[in-house]
Amino acid sequence: MAINRRIHPAARRGISVTRPRKSVAMTLLAALFLVYALVPIAWLVINSTKTQPDLFSTFGFSFGHSFALWDNVVATFTYDDGIFVRWLGNTLLYVGLGAGGATLLATLAGYGLAKFRFPGRSAYFAVVLGAVAVPGTALAVPTFLLFSQLGMTNTPWAIIVPSLISPFGLYLIWVYTVDSVPTELLEAARLDGAGELRTFFTISIRLLAPGIVTVALFAIVATWNNYFLPLIMLSDPDWYPLTVGLNQWSEQAAGVGAEPIFNLVVTGSLITIVPIVAIFLFLQRFWQSGLSAGSVKQ
Amino acid sequence: MSITVPLAAPPSREPTTVAHPIRKPKKNWRGWLFVWPFAVVFLFAFMAPLLYAVWLSLFQNRLVGGNSFVGLDNYVTAFQDPAFWDGFGRVFLFLLVEVPVMLLLALAAALAIDSARLYATGLFRVVVFLPYAVPAVVAVLMWGFLYSDNFGLTASINDWLGSDVLQPFAPSWVTVSIGNIVTWEYVGYNMVIFYSALKTIPTELYEAAELDGANSWQVIRAIKLPAARGAIVIATIFSIIGSFQLFNEPNVLKPLANNVITSHFTPNMYAYNLSFAGQQYNYSATVAIIMGVITAAIAYVVQIRGTRQEDR
Repeated sequence: MAINRRIHPAARRGISVTRPRKSVAMTLLAALFLVYALVPIAWLVINSTKTQPDLFSTFGFSFGHSFALWDNVVATFTYDDGIFVRWLGNTLLYVGLGAGGATLLATLAGYGLAKFRFPGRSAYFAVVLGAVAVPGTALAVPTFLLFSQLGMTNTPWAIIVPSLISPFGLYLIWVYTVDSVPTELLEAARLDGAGELRTFFTISIRLLAPGIVTVALFAIVATWNNYFLPLIMLSDPDWYPLTVGLNQWSEQAAGVGAEPIFNLVVTGSLITIVPIVAIFLFLQRFWQSGLSAGSVKQ
Repeated sequence: MSITVPLAAPPSREPTTVAHPIRKPKKNWRGWLFVWPFAVVFLFAFMAPLLYAVWLSLFQNRLVGGNSFVGLDNYVTAFQDPAFWDGFGRVFLFLLVEVPVMLLLALAAALAIDSARLYATGLFRVVVFLPYAVPAVVAVLMWGFLYSDNFGLTASINDWLGSDVLQPFAPSWVTVSIGNIVTWEYVGYNMVIFYSALKTIPTELYEAAELDGANSWQVIRAIKLPAARGAIVIATIFSIIGSFQLFNEPNVLKPLANNVITSHFTPNMYAYNLSFAGQQYNYSATVAIIMGVITAAIAYVVQIRGTRQEDR
């Protein structure tokens, strides 16, 4: 601030375009945004503490007559012989193999495209980037039909294999590699006689870490939240992920003459979002830097 | 129908491009060591279904005569199908209204964060982004409860107003209700994309503008918006794709608004219901392909226009 002292009266007070005075009015406007983002989540948290009668009879944003969060959690995990635990396990399986695999494949391919010139490289790039524009759900029904010919529907593979493709992740890793892995470093490793894969797994992968975390995070969200694909691929509730299972509970609760389990839908929803929100908050330093590296080139 | 809407191609910094044409490294197959696994899965889980869909769309399964080649008949049928156009009109309207509203809100939020004039900027950024991490199913269930007459926010507001002004599931309002859910889910995501682009503007530019006596609005118009243009084009393309494949939100909301959300409410729901309720796989594939081509065409036009403005 002292540097600007001679230039401008505003600068003397430490106010500039880059370091302006805080604005209460703008903060209040932003607070409206904050409330909008939080209202449904607050509703979910509050109502997961209510018994089913309270859910119907008390105001949505006040607590009920009894605090039943723990009872609801226990009921969610034990209802129908613990099917919710099974769904949670399925989701973890699909996220682990699907998002993990997607990250690995996108990282290898993005790195390969950035650092090597090989026959077919331009065609490879054009086809994969063209794929970004094809709506995923337009492919879902044909994928189902193809997989059912191969007998793959109603198995975990029907969810995991399509999840392995992340053209956006490939693109992000490519950009990140160009920026952060010096070609000279790779040439030095080659002169030392290290193989390409060895160089990748011992040197390059560390330089790429923030980019890899970003790609992994978005792949995790995509598979954790996946609904359409499992909905069409799976008919056996034992293979459902949380999203499809919760929707089945919700339809059951709304159905005529069925056992109303609204409290389980609410508590189950809360349990579904807690891990994914936690991951995002925990890793925010990484994905925010990873994203801005990607957007430099946009 | 593999369509090219390239994101900006990453710069290639290999010496081959311009600087040292003599040192051009000879091509070799080593790169395939890294790119083959993605290619194999891509061919199997992306290209194969795509080609299979095109193949399917050229056949019809009739009660008499079985499976037979019909050329483009399915496409002719689709173009004359009121159910398809009803859904298409709805998502197109949705695209024209919801996407600009959402992107403008996201841009305003990103500019607000970037202006450094907010208290608690970090909190704001994270909280507004949070809904993106919430699965669409859960988002719709939450908003569905809030919309409902039994235990919702709507019921409370109507009680308080003493009228029935808010009818989230009325035929004329249900698309708006869905638009609100989609906006809630994605506004923070788009904000982060815009903000990442704004953050890359070098400080020297701001200092220069300041010495020239530029005020905040001039800085936004002359520096920030041009810098964010690439990100805006990308976000617009993703939002177009998202709108045209609208499925999760109306499908999860359907039990709550049963007579309002029809089986052809969006083209994607139509394709889904044709397959799984009607067993009309060939026609379903046709609808999916038509939507894919239209989406890609519009995305391509946006991309071209966005880039042209960039060159100006």
